[in-house]
Amino acid sequence: MSEFKKRMESYRRHPGSFLLFLLVMLSALTTFVVLLFLIAYILIKGVPNLKPSLFAWKYTTDNASMLPSIINTLIMTVMSLLIAVPFGIFSAVYLTEYAKKGNKLVGIIRLTTETLSGIPSIVYGLFGSLFFVTYLKWSYSLAAGALTLAIMILPLVMRTTEEALKSVPDMYREGSFGLGAGKLRTVFCVVLPSAIPGILSGVILSIGRIVGETAALIYTAGSIPQIPSSIMGSGATLAVHMYNLSKEGLYTDQAYAVAVVLLLLVLLINWVSARIARQLTKGKENG
Amino acid sequence: MMKEKLMQAVFFIAACTSILAVALICLFLFANGIPAIREIGVFKFLLGTRWKPGNNIFGILPMIMGSIYVTAGAIIIGVPIGIMTSIFMAEYCPKKIYKFLKSATELLAGIPSVVYGFFGLTVLVPLIRELPHSKGTSILTASILLGIMILPTIIGVTEAALRAVPRSYYEGSLALGATQERSIFRVMLPAAKSGVLAGVVLGIGRAIGETMAVVMVAGNQARMPAGILKGVRTMTTNIVLEMGYAADLHRGALIATGVVLFVFILIINFSVSMLNRRKDNE
Repeated sequence: MSEFKKRMESYRRHPGSFLLFLLVMLSALTTFVVLLFLIAYILIKGVPNLKPSLFAWKYTTDNASMLPSIINTLIMTVMSLLIAVPFGIFSAVYLTEYAKKGNKLVGIIRLTTETLSGIPSIVYGLFGSLFFVTYLKWSYSLAAGALTLAIMILPLVMRTTEEALKSVPDMYREGSFGLGAGKLRTVFCVVLPSAIPGILSGVILSIGRIVGETAALIYTAGSIPQIPSSIMGSGATLAVHMYNLSKEGLYTDQAYAVAVVLLLLVLLINWVSARIARQLTKGKENG
Repeated sequence: MMKEKLMQAVFFIAACTSILAVALICLFLFANGIPAIREIGVFKFLLGTRWKPGNNIFGILPMIMGSIYVTAGAIIIGVPIGIMTSIFMAEYCPKKIYKFLKSATELLAGIPSVVYGFFGLTVLVPLIRELPHSKGTSILTASILLGIMILPTIIGVTEAALRAVPRSYYEGSLALGATQERSIFRVMLPAAKSGVLAGVVLGIGRAIGETMAVVMVAGNQARMPAGILKGVRTMTTNIVLEMGYAADLHRGALIATGVVLFVFILIINFSVSMLNRRKDNE
């Protein structure tokens, strides 16, 4: 209590400090109240609209089912990851394990990766529509969307993998070399396995970006809320579906419901990545 | 040995994909956008104040101004709140609730922009509509929404920058008799300047590139900004609104809008990496 009194006494003498203190508290409160309000609002408005009919196999104008879009989202996520994760991991391996220090090319790779991570999703969408849809003549298709997204998440996978590889102690590599393993064997059997949690957290962050992406997909994968017969067919993911529902103004209730599903997915993704991160730090403390 | 060499080549090729990707993006944007700009005329395109695709008039100054206004608004709203919140997180926050708040900011970053847009459409727009002479969709609405959306970027970067300042600075200032607030705002914050600035520039990048949230709350009128309670169209929304049905020169003009946006982003990226380099040298 006397601590508190001392503090108040000091604030009386320094009203400017007190004002700053209040501003800091007010700002922090604003940030978290806004977040809580947003989540509560979506849940309260959306959960009553989550009807079983919204999970019907087919989308019709009478029943704006979101199940086809959910399945499209799944396909899109798997496809983008299948392309981006190997490329991301391999390039991170090159940067951390093989590239020599001061290599000019490494500088260029870093620069382009940074550039990629700053490009807005609408520019990716524009590029995907120019390259995959128009130039390669794929028309609106899941494949075009997945490749566009793969380029978009590549820097994220690369950066997280690189950090994970860097945090593997050199001791491991030296031990492996000392036992007579070659470079390749060391990378695949020693370095990569001990970096898996870090890589995984990057992959999960990427899933979050894929699930929430809209602008890069509207003009690459299209916005038809149906499951296409092949990956060369057009199909809307959940986020694109939600945009269409809210744009027309006829399906606001359904849009609330989709918002709930998206929000729950994001919550789940964040929870899983936090768990992995916790395990990561725990492992480090023990080791 | 064969295998070693082969795999090294594979790793090397994988590492080059990001170079290839950037090259392809530049090539396709510029190859499709520049001819359109040339046909319209550089000055007519960049400084023209009218966008009337039906009459073949393509001036994107309204959209450039729209992007700048909305981004500036987002910065005015988001930066003070973001910096103050990060000060709270780094200096005041009790350890017990820190973990919770940290995951809250991460959640804020993870919420899809279309959900933000929908929130803006159903909550902010009716709220702003209550103001006199306002239809609800306006520069102000978009600024508030973007201000919220850039919070996690600013909070994350600023907090890291504050934590990187040696603790002795803070203790020294306290020992000289400064209050906690004075120590934070006059010693810690200036010492973390480069990092804070990098966070703000990253926030600018996010705000100027945001599409789906803005298209739902900004009104999308292609005219010069006429006041913060009036609707506006940004470069990003210009593309997303018309790309679906545009053809010929109209399509070219939209791609050229993307080129201009891309150049803006390149400048912003460049400033961020300069700031980061300066931070590393300090």
